Amino acid sequence: MSVYKMLDGNAAAVEAIKMAKVKVVSAYPITPQTTIAEKLSEICANGELNAEYIRVESEHSAMSCVIGAQLTGVRAATASASVGIALMHEVLNVASGCRVPIVMPVVNRSLASPWSLWCDHQDTMAERDSGWIQMYCENVQDVFDTMIMAYRIAESPRVLTPVMVCLDGFFLSHSMQKILVPEQGEIDKFIGEYKPQNLVLDPTDPVIIDDLTGSNENTEMMYQQAVGFKNAIPEMEKVFSEFENEFGRKKSLIEGYNTNDADAVIVCLGSMSGTAKYVSDLMREQGIKVGVIKVVAFRPFPYKALREVIGNITKVAVLDRTAGLGGEGTPLWIEIKAALTDKNLLIKNYIAGLAGRDINIETIKSVYTDILAGQSSDSPVWIDCDVEHAGLIREVSINDRH
Amino acid sequence: MQKQQISVLAKQKKYNALGPCANIFTSINTGSWRLERPEVNYSECVKCGICAMYCPANVITINKTEKECVQFMWDYCKGCGICANECPKSCIAMIEEKEGE
Amino acid sequence: MIDIKSETQGYVAHGVSACAGCGMELIIRNILDVLGDDTTVVIPPGCSALFCGFGKETALKIPAFQGNLENSAAYATGIRAGYRAQGNNHTTVLVYAGDGGTLDIGLQSLSGMMERGEDVLYVCYDNEAYMNTGIQGSSATPFHAWSTTTPAGKNVMKKDLLSIAIAHRVPYCASCSMGNIPDLRHKFEKAKSIQGPRVIHVFSPCPTGWGIKPAKSVEVSRMAIQTGMWILYEYEYGKLKVNIKPKSLEPICTYLKMQKRFKQVTDEQMEELQQLVTANYNKMLKMEKI
Repeated sequence: MSVYKMLDGNAAAVEAIKMAKVKVVSAYPITPQTTIAEKLSEICANGELNAEYIRVESEHSAMSCVIGAQLTGVRAATASASVGIALMHEVLNVASGCRVPIVMPVVNRSLASPWSLWCDHQDTMAERDSGWIQMYCENVQDVFDTMIMAYRIAESPRVLTPVMVCLDGFFLSHSMQKILVPEQGEIDKFIGEYKPQNLVLDPTDPVIIDDLTGSNENTEMMYQQAVGFKNAIPEMEKVFSEFENEFGRKKSLIEGYNTNDADAVIVCLGSMSGTAKYVSDLMREQGIKVGVIKVVAFRPFPYKALREVIGNITKVAVLDRTAGLGGEGTPLWIEIKAALTDKNLLIKNYIAGLAGRDINIETIKSVYTDILAGQSSDSPVWIDCDVEHAGLIREVSINDRH
Repeated sequence: MQKQQISVLAKQKKYNALGPCANIFTSINTGSWRLERPEVNYSECVKCGICAMYCPANVITINKTEKECVQFMWDYCKGCGICANECPKSCIAMIEEKEGE
Repeated sequence: MIDIKSETQGYVAHGVSACAGCGMELIIRNILDVLGDDTTVVIPPGCSALFCGFGKETALKIPAFQGNLENSAAYATGIRAGYRAQGNNHTTVLVYAGDGGTLDIGLQSLSGMMERGEDVLYVCYDNEAYMNTGIQGSSATPFHAWSTTTPAGKNVMKKDLLSIAIAHRVPYCASCSMGNIPDLRHKFEKAKSIQGPRVIHVFSPCPTGWGIKPAKSVEVSRMAIQTGMWILYEYEYGKLKVNIKPKSLEPICTYLKMQKRFKQVTDEQMEELQQLVTANYNKMLKMEKI
C-alpha cells in the first residue's frame, strides 16, 4: 500500500535512493542540490539508510567514489547540479564507458557564466554525449517514480548504462507536493537486490578494469554502448509497463497531451510541460486546438515514439531551456528536426526560461499564438529577450590604455 | 573471465565483459631490448643476493646449491646493468650481447 | 579469473615496458610482494599505467582500476567503502601514483582522502617530472633541475609531500627509496598493519628523464640519501624518525654531477642549494627530537 507524503523534489529523490538501499553515498553540496546531500548524510547517520556517507571535497571526487564503490559490487549514489556536473564531466564518461549503472539525480541549474543559481538545462545538455541515459521529470511524483524505474533500466544486463534523472532546480527541487510513496517491500520487489552484471573489483577473482585500449577496440566498445542505448528503449517500455501494473501510474518515453486533432503542439522537457498542459487546456476551452509533447527520455532519444505521437500535427513549437549556442537550434530542436526530417512540418525553435526566467501562462500562450500563425524562422526565437536592451546592459567605459 | 560474468552471461552462450578490461596475464619479450648482458664471475660471487634484490625486472634467482648460482631469465632481462653496478664484489660484468653465445 | 599466459615470480609480470633501470618497476614489485594478493590497486595514467596493461593483456595478478590522473585517492575511497559495505575490511586498497598525479593535479583528492581518514595506502613514486609524457616539470621537480618545461632549470623548490601529509595528521607516512629496498619493505610491512590513510613517498629515478645510465639508478638513489637530497624518515602517530643518518653528508655536487638534468647548475646555485639541503637535513634531525 502506498502512502501520501509531502515531499519536495530533492526529498523525493532521497526517498528513492533510500528505498533502493544504496550502500555507499558520496555527495558534495551545490545549490539547488544541497538538501539531497544533507538529507542523505542525515539518513546515513541515523541509520534510516544502512550506508556509508563519504563527505568528499568535490563533485569530481563524488563521482569517482561512486564509481569505485559500485565497481566493488554495491549500489552507490550521488547527486549534483550545474557546475558540479560540469566538474564531473571527465568521470561521467568513465562511468558510462566502464558500464557502471549509477543512478544520479541532477538538479538542473544554469552553468556559469553568467553566474546563476536558477534552473535551466544547460548543465545536463552539456552532458548529453557523455554516455548517460537522461530522463526529465515534470513533477515531484515523477522524480520519485523515475528514480525508482531508473535503477531497473540502468542495471538491466542489456542496458548497463548510468542514468541521470533530471529535475528542475527550485521548480521541482524545492517545491513541496503531495506524492504517493509505495512500501519498502513493494520497491524491494520491483528493483531487487543489486547484482553486479559486469566487471567487479574482487580480490578473489581479479580483473583489471579500464586499462588502455587500442583504437580498434575503442570503436567496438563505443558500439557496445550504442547497443546499450538501443536496448534501453524497449527496456524502458518494459519497466514503464511493469511500473504501471504495480503502482498504477502511466509512464512513457514521450507523452502526448491533447495531441489528438491538435493544430499545434509545444514540445518541451521537465517542469514547464506542466504549465504547457494547463495552458493547452485553457486554450482548448476557447476552441483553440493545441497540445503538448513532453519528452521524458532525452537520451536515448525515442525517435519512433515521437513520430507516433506527432501523428498528423503540422505545427511544432520546440521550447527549450538551453541556448544551444552556435547551433542551428537548441539541442531538443535538433533532435525533433532530425526525427521528423522527412515530414514537411513547421518546426520552430523557442528559447525560454534561461537561468530560471519565468515560463508562465503568458509565455506558453505567446508560443502557441506564434506557432499557430505559421511563420517560419531561420533562427530560434528568444522569448522575452529584449534585443535592444541586450545591446545596452552593463555598458561600462574602459579607460584608454597607454 | 569474472565469476560474476560467467554466471550471468553463460546463459547467453557467449561471455562478454562490457567495457575496457584485461585478464590475460602476460609478459613481453623485453630480453630483446638487451644491448649488454650480465656475466657472473662465479669464483668471486658470495651469493649475497643484492643483484636479485635490485633487479627492476625481478629476473635474477640465486640458487645457492648450484655452481652457477646466479640465474637470469634471459627472455626478460633488459640489460640495464644494475646488478653489475650494485654487486658488492664487482663480480658481474656487462658484456656486449653479440659476444656471448 | 586471471588467465596466466606467462608464469612469474610475484604479482607483476617480468617483461613490462618500463625503461631499463626504471625505479618505479622495482618499487611496485616490492610493494606487492609485501602486501600480497589481498590488494586492490588504483593506478592513474602515467608510467605506472603500463602495469594495468593494454587491451586484454595485463601485467598484474591483482584487481586493478586505472583511474584518471587527479582522482586516484577518490576512487580508492570508493573502493574501500564498497568493500567495507560488504564486510571486507581486510583487503588493502592501494594507490600507485606518480608525482604529477599526487602533488599537482591529484593533491585535492589526496587531501580529502587524508582529512577524512580513509583506510587507503597511497604511494607516490616520485621521478620528479612528468616522465610518461616526456619529461615535463612538475611541482616535485627539484630546484634547478632541467625538464622540457623548465629548460633553464626550475626556479623554485620541490613541493614537500610528507609535510602536507603530516599536516593532515595521518597515522603513518614515510619516505622510501629505490636505493634502500630493505628499508622500503620494512616500511610497507608497517604500513600494511596500520589502519587509516597512509602515505608513502618513494624516490624513483628515471634514467631517461634524469640523464643517467640505467645501471646507475640505484646508485643515484643511494647518493641522494648520502647527500641529504632525499631523507629516509617515517612519521608514525605523531612521532618522526629519521631512519638513515649518514655519518656525514656528502656534498650535493656528487649527486648533481651524476645527472644531466643538473648540468646547467652554476657554482653559486650549487652553493645555495647545498645550504638549503643541509638546513633541511638539520631541521629533520631537530624534528625527530620533538
